[in-house]
Amino acid sequence: MAEYQYIGKSIPRTHETDKVTGRAIYIDDLKLPGMLYGKILYSSYAHARIKRIDTTRAKKLPGVRAVLTGFDIPDVRVGFIKDQTVLKRDVVRQFRDEVAAVAATSPEIAREALDLIEVEYEELPGLFDPFEAMQEGAPLVHELDARGRPLRTNILPLPWKFSAGDIEEGRRQSAYTVKDRVATTWVNQCCMGTSGCVADFDANNNLILYNQTNVIFGAKQRITDYFSKIGLKGKKIRVKNVVVGGSFGTKLDTDIYEFICLQLALKTKKPVKILFTREEEFKALPPRQPAIFNIEQGCDKEGRLTFRHAEAVLDNGAYTSWGVTTPSVMMTPMSSLYRVPNVFFKAVCVYTNNIYCQAMRGYGTPQATFAVETSMDRLAEEAGFDPAEFRMINRNKAGDITPMKLKITSCGLQECIEAVKEKLQWDEKKGQQKDRGVGMASLIHVAGGARVYKSDGHGIRIKVDEDGSVDVISGGTDQGQGSFTVLAQIIAESMGFTPDDVSFTIGDTSLGLWDAGTHASRHTFVAGNACILAAEKVRRQILEMSAELMPRIIQFGLKRRSRKDKDFQTPDLDLSLLSDPENLDIKKRMVYLKSDPDNPHYQVDVTQVLRQGLHVGTGESKTVMAEVFYDPPTQMLDREFKGNYSMTYAFGTTGAEVEVDRGTGQVKILKLVAAHDVGQSINPTLIKGQIYGAAYTGVGYALTEEIKVQKGKVMNPNFRDYQILTARDRIPVEAVLVEKGDEDGPYGAKGIGEPGLVPTAPAIANAIYDAIGVRINELPITPERVLDAIKAKEGDEAC
Amino acid sequence: MKKVSISFTLNGDTVSAEVPPTWTLLKTLREAFELTGAKEGCGVGECGACTVIVDGQTVNACIYPVPEIDGRHVTTIEGLADKEGNLDPLQTAFLENNGVQCGFCTSGMIMSARSLLDDNSSPNEDEIRTAISGNICRCTGYVQIVESIDIAAKKA
Ligand code: FES
Ligand code: FES
Repeated sequence: MAEYQYIGKSIPRTHETDKVTGRAIYIDDLKLPGMLYGKILYSSYAHARIKRIDTTRAKKLPGVRAVLTGFDIPDVRVGFIKDQTVLKRDVVRQFRDEVAAVAATSPEIAREALDLIEVEYEELPGLFDPFEAMQEGAPLVHELDARGRPLRTNILPLPWKFSAGDIEEGRRQSAYTVKDRVATTWVNQCCMGTSGCVADFDANNNLILYNQTNVIFGAKQRITDYFSKIGLKGKKIRVKNVVVGGSFGTKLDTDIYEFICLQLALKTKKPVKILFTREEEFKALPPRQPAIFNIEQGCDKEGRLTFRHAEAVLDNGAYTSWGVTTPSVMMTPMSSLYRVPNVFFKAVCVYTNNIYCQAMRGYGTPQATFAVETSMDRLAEEAGFDPAEFRMINRNKAGDITPMKLKITSCGLQECIEAVKEKLQWDEKKGQQKDRGVGMASLIHVAGGARVYKSDGHGIRIKVDEDGSVDVISGGTDQGQGSFTVLAQIIAESMGFTPDDVSFTIGDTSLGLWDAGTHASRHTFVAGNACILAAEKVRRQILEMSAELMPRIIQFGLKRRSRKDKDFQTPDLDLSLLSDPENLDIKKRMVYLKSDPDNPHYQVDVTQVLRQGLHVGTGESKTVMAEVFYDPPTQMLDREFKGNYSMTYAFGTTGAEVEVDRGTGQVKILKLVAAHDVGQSINPTLIKGQIYGAAYTGVGYALTEEIKVQKGKVMNPNFRDYQILTARDRIPVEAVLVEKGDEDGPYGAKGIGEPGLVPTAPAIANAIYDAIGVRINELPITPERVLDAIKAKEGDEAC
Repeated sequence: MKKVSISFTLNGDTVSAEVPPTWTLLKTLREAFELTGAKEGCGVGECGACTVIVDGQTVNACIYPVPEIDGRHVTTIEGLADKEGNLDPLQTAFLENNGVQCGFCTSGMIMSARSLLDDNSSPNEDEIRTAISGNICRCTGYVQIVESIDIAAKKA
């Protein structure tokens, strides 16, 4: 393997010293002169007709600058399929429906004003079960579609159907089949920094939106669209991120509160901040999309998968954000996790009066993988195979083209399964222990971009100043993953500079070049490749400048030295060698001669070259600067949802060893091994951080986390009742990095942001089965569910 | 609303302010003193993002009534580095060992760790985990936070 200076090294996050000293400015901390504070009044019912709204008293409260209802702003539809308005004025369809909004001089006054708004409702019957809502004749959540045409059903008009091969043929070839119902629920992303933004218009109604988005240009485009419908067509929009307190999917879409913030700022002609409380974060922010699957798989006598058939029902809630698109992502694990020739997958999304959903780390992959991997375990047992062996038989391999037409160019799945087996002492422990058990599950995830938009590109600009400082302007964002460090390592490696030389300006639509967004675990891969291309260009420029100037600089230096030091022996140098940029390279900021790399006389500090070469001569002044756009040569999925939409795919396997207390139903995790095919680690410590964090969220998904929703109402909107893991939940987690390199990745790297979460829950569920012989197919696997399952099993055995 | 006068030691300096008596310590630090390092992650004492040290004890500043701060010593994340700007070993360890990701929990996390190390210079893993059990972090899974604290303790 090539000897790298910085790649594969755990460089510290010194770019982020502001975060450990309290100086970093998050949206919470941003304060503009004259800024007002916005608050939102939500519905008191899951489904009701608004009969009257009276804001008179609220408007009179001292300090209140604006009170808005749906009657005060244009009745424009927003959302993924434009099924809601910003403020609702006729019907509310969920508890989080925004009915009115206030801007005031303090958040306290704004909150007080909300209490003074009178809303009279006429309650309507609610629909809280997607299966009921699917029935013919069920009352309709929406009577009209976006174009005003009458709707006849609560089933959303979305085409989520995938089919490859021939399921019936697969069934005929099967020696064994299993069929299960598997359910996942709502979980909250739980960013520690809550949602919020600041909208600031100038006197010409041009906007700066201080934001936390992962997709600055997507946000800009949605606001452009909104502006065109509210009479602000052509106004300038600048989306500018502050430091982001976590995202995990919450910052992909433009949420309703952001449109409300714009309206309040327009109305008051002042900057307005909206910042969610934790309670709002739980109640009014779309969580992970739940899904209920019926999944059936078969294999032949040799254990080779013959078919996979799955149907899913998704409780969509009352409106659409990215949650409804999760089935498109579920298709990847459904079709391509393990080699399976015949696949059918269908998902229906159903309107109800529950909360609606958006993205969360892994998108639809954790839900679908829970279904596939628990079913894999059942099938292995049915067919008489060890679950690890069964997975090995069916593992993906480099060179495969999956039924979804994904091209698997590199694959470390075998190594991941083997690592988990070894670390868990699988062969000794599997099926051998009383109330203790081991289980595993694997994953596939996009890891080389994801062409969900026409462009999956990333633009970057690098400028080098005479002091050797490297300024990078990128259209990407950082929500905590550590891109500053990783991209600085990549740039430093490619330029021959040091990571400390590199500084970033990111997350600003006015400065940055276009980027598809920091989502789909794509940033290291796509931005990393852009960085390499741009760094190559500036390196080349510096080398050309060096070839011109170096002979003179060296000669001058030698002369000066011999003047100062009488004993100095002027070395015999062939300076003409330096006049060809091909002969030169840069390492740790020194330009050197490749054919004599250790000779100090053929070396010059890069700043000496830059000082002489830059900023001279009107009209011919040189700059060291490059602008690059990298768009991976991938395909959009076609109408059948097939196509190679990512340059590469990540694989991984999580293994769990658990102990189950039959008396209390408590599940204790004794060990978690997360083995991931990362291609090549750019920064092992940072990669492990991604894996640990994701694995912990995965454990929460498996065992504790659930937004409890009763008749549309969130019952546990706080950290007391919503059980997120704390440091006291000691989970011994080990990350194993499988590094086989990827030919298209930057220095061989693949994306790793989301994968760690994906197989955690099914690995734990499978380990619980090994421990106590009961399968719990519904998340989270709470002590009550464990006890119920044990009781049911004992009941069965007694009969 | 009638305001109360408070006077206390903040990161080594004597300070005073007039604030509404209903304000919390967190609001006072953030609004009256423009120290925004302590964060509000929940506002009800359940997440630890607002942790500061008062008279040697960690408190959740979001539920600490400000009139009670009068005469006490408060240390916030902004007061950890020395006057020359040299970082506290915990701050360095968090940067070096990826104890910080999004950073929103970090101020509170480091303050809890600082208070622990002030009382116990060589804590074991359980003691570290107990000390930060009131600080929620969604990014890290706590693994590298625990490592960072351990390394800082060993280096000091
Ligand atoms: S903000 Fe104080 S404990 Fe959460
Ligand atoms: S680093 Fe993001 S919450 Fe802890």
